[in-house]
Amino acid sequence: MEAFLGNLSLGFGTALTLNNIFFCFIGCMVGTLVGVLPGVGPIATIAMLLPITFGLDPTGALIMLAGIYYGAQYGGSTTAILVNLPGEATSVVTVLDGHQMAKQGRAGVALGIAAIGSFFAGTVATLLIAALGQPLTKLAQLFGPAEYFSLMIMGLVFAVVLARGSILKAICMILAGLLLSTVGTDLETGQERLTLGLQDLSDGIDFAVLAMGIFGFAEIVRNLENPETRDVVQRAVGKLLPGKEDFKQAYRPILRGTFVGAILGILPGNGAVLGPFASYTMEKKLAKDPSRFGRGAIEGVAGPEAANNAGAQTAFIPLLTLGIPPNAVMALMVGAMTIHGIIPGPQVMTKNPDLFWGMIASMWLGNLMLLVINLPLIGLWIRLLKVPYRMMFPAIMIFCCIGIYSVNNSTSDVLFTAFFGLVGYTLLKFGFEPAPMLLGFVLGKLMEEKLRQALILSRGSFMTFVERPVSGVLLAIAVLMLIIALLPSIRKGRDEVFVE
Amino acid sequence: MKRLILALAASVAFAGMSVAQTYPTKPITMIVPFAAGGPTDIVARLVSENMSKTLGQQIVVENVAGAGGTTGITRASQAKPDGYTIMMGHMGTHGAAPALYANLKYDPVKDFEPVGMAAGTPILIVTKKAFPANDMKEFVAYLKANADKVNQAHAGVGAVSHMTCILLNSQIGVKPTAVPYGGTGPALNDLVSGQVDYMCDQIVNLVSQVKAGSIKALAIASAERSPALPDVPTTKEAGLPEYQVAAWNAVFAPKGTPKDVVAKLTSALNTALDDAGTRKRLEDLGGVLPTKDERGGEWLGKFVASEVARWNPVLKASK
Repeated sequence: MEAFLGNLSLGFGTALTLNNIFFCFIGCMVGTLVGVLPGVGPIATIAMLLPITFGLDPTGALIMLAGIYYGAQYGGSTTAILVNLPGEATSVVTVLDGHQMAKQGRAGVALGIAAIGSFFAGTVATLLIAALGQPLTKLAQLFGPAEYFSLMIMGLVFAVVLARGSILKAICMILAGLLLSTVGTDLETGQERLTLGLQDLSDGIDFAVLAMGIFGFAEIVRNLENPETRDVVQRAVGKLLPGKEDFKQAYRPILRGTFVGAILGILPGNGAVLGPFASYTMEKKLAKDPSRFGRGAIEGVAGPEAANNAGAQTAFIPLLTLGIPPNAVMALMVGAMTIHGIIPGPQVMTKNPDLFWGMIASMWLGNLMLLVINLPLIGLWIRLLKVPYRMMFPAIMIFCCIGIYSVNNSTSDVLFTAFFGLVGYTLLKFGFEPAPMLLGFVLGKLMEEKLRQALILSRGSFMTFVERPVSGVLLAIAVLMLIIALLPSIRKGRDEVFVE
Repeated sequence: MKRLILALAASVAFAGMSVAQTYPTKPITMIVPFAAGGPTDIVARLVSENMSKTLGQQIVVENVAGAGGTTGITRASQAKPDGYTIMMGHMGTHGAAPALYANLKYDPVKDFEPVGMAAGTPILIVTKKAFPANDMKEFVAYLKANADKVNQAHAGVGAVSHMTCILLNSQIGVKPTAVPYGGTGPALNDLVSGQVDYMCDQIVNLVSQVKAGSIKALAIASAERSPALPDVPTTKEAGLPEYQVAAWNAVFAPKGTPKDVVAKLTSALNTALDDAGTRKRLEDLGGVLPTKDERGGEWLGKFVASEVARWNPVLKASK
């Protein structure tokens, strides 16, 4: 305990120097902006800002880059709620109820609860990293390819629960998502699959391209279709901040979301993506009236947002304690460390304790700053909603295009987004929901990779998934959840009544 | 016809001279064909930072990742050859690519003006902590005896870890089970947790795990030991002298870039390689810098040709 407090005070001593506070603020500010601009993700931003950090001291530089990363997670929910645009895989879930809340004139409440939930989750996750970072890493090491595959199967079951309408349509969309994820170069043989001979598809479809198209562009087309009911909230904007009643409804989901998100975030291999989905599923199952979900339930925003931020934070654990990056942004952080002459790995904690603990302390500081930056901004965001749609949508489109171009510096990505916009619009017309498809897409790549690795390692025996204890338990949970999800549908035609 | 070509060449050279006197007058784009933060990207950023100072214009690194680096190099090879688009080529894009990609849109030997070698990172052979072999001889013997049980990890077809291990396996004469991963990170993760048995990769990716004792290093495939891991023997010392391989990174310009411009770039690159600060940063990463003989475009041109000839049979045989 004493050592823990000593470490924390060393960390805050480092993080609270004037310089580092400044870098932390800049990082959070840039991150928020990047998150709000659809498409411009933290990866592109950190890559662009990397050379600027050359001259800085490494601790300050890393504090700033980390700030951009979790700042973007905060900002991403703003566009998800206001204009139905998930900028990151993790904000797909926020769209579902967050945007519905905005439509009902509760945008301020949604944004407020997202910010507060995130802050709480961030605080808990920071403490978790500081106290249990090392032992938790060992836990993550239990996860081999077979365990991952079973975890992903569990994730797919979330997707079924996620859907509002027909379960058959949801399963179709999941399968379509899985199929889309197989586009690209085969990992093992190097063969190109389903690329139609296009070089731009040889690395598969980018998440931003698919998400922007299916959600963002499709939504815009639909809004333009009938100018009378066009989307962005024209009605009374309502309260700016969540009230007592809202907190009462939201605090339990926040607690649960933080827990789920933090655990999944530790897993190497981007387990953090699953956090919000898992939290949403959990809230929907626990709710007295699950039918409220998808139509503006505050729990559906509070839980996933907390899970998202907790996961974003704990994703630093494998990076800081093992030196192994769990996702693309963390890989970039490894690059940033290396450029500054710090080779990330287990020794960072002992060799550069000020950097290690300073970064952890700065995460909490950053979360506090984000709350301070974001709460006052809510009023401004909401005023933005009053801008007439005919002026709003070209701006959204332009930012989307810039953002998508910046992901890979590729013009064909912008064209693909337009194509998926068309696909998304068609799907909307036929009553298919895009969220399960995106989850299928996100999980598909990892799932295939892990399935093949597990089978190669077991020399082709499928029993490996059942024989390995962790994997077996995960599969059992998945089966159980599926049964729970399917039972009501057998009994009372599931939520058929709610199909629009 | 011949005369026409000569005349054209002369005019190009002439135009080049007038260009070169003032070059560069605006920022230069350096295309790095891999994601930001990877080993090639780091070399590019460290070298270009110093080159920018010498040239008096900023070199902007643009990451165009995809298809084992060939997407970025294809785009760079088609850029206007005016010296304002250059690229950081790599052992994969300029050595192995012709053997791996049937419809490659460039020829590593013919379609570029080589500027010079930047830095190479030697390959390290590592095993999981609990692997029964403790040195190279035991490793070779174990592999030969248990070829059907052993699992080797790599970061996907075309990755450095994929190609260099194919070379290692072919020299030992074994074909173990190869497990593909989506990148070095996940592969290393499973090596640390003992799901797979061994892998080969650039020292920069592995050094901290070796130092922490979470994996074992058997040998380094370079002529001399690395200051980053002085206890790890070279392959020569360890009994596999023919295994000499490094993931090299070198600067190229598109074909037709004026000779004087290339010369200016080469000299800026050499200045960077002589700069104490840049050297130290590259060497701290386990990087090996080219000797005086290995600098410049002419040497690089010959080296690329020899690399293409070396990888072609090895990789084709493994398919």
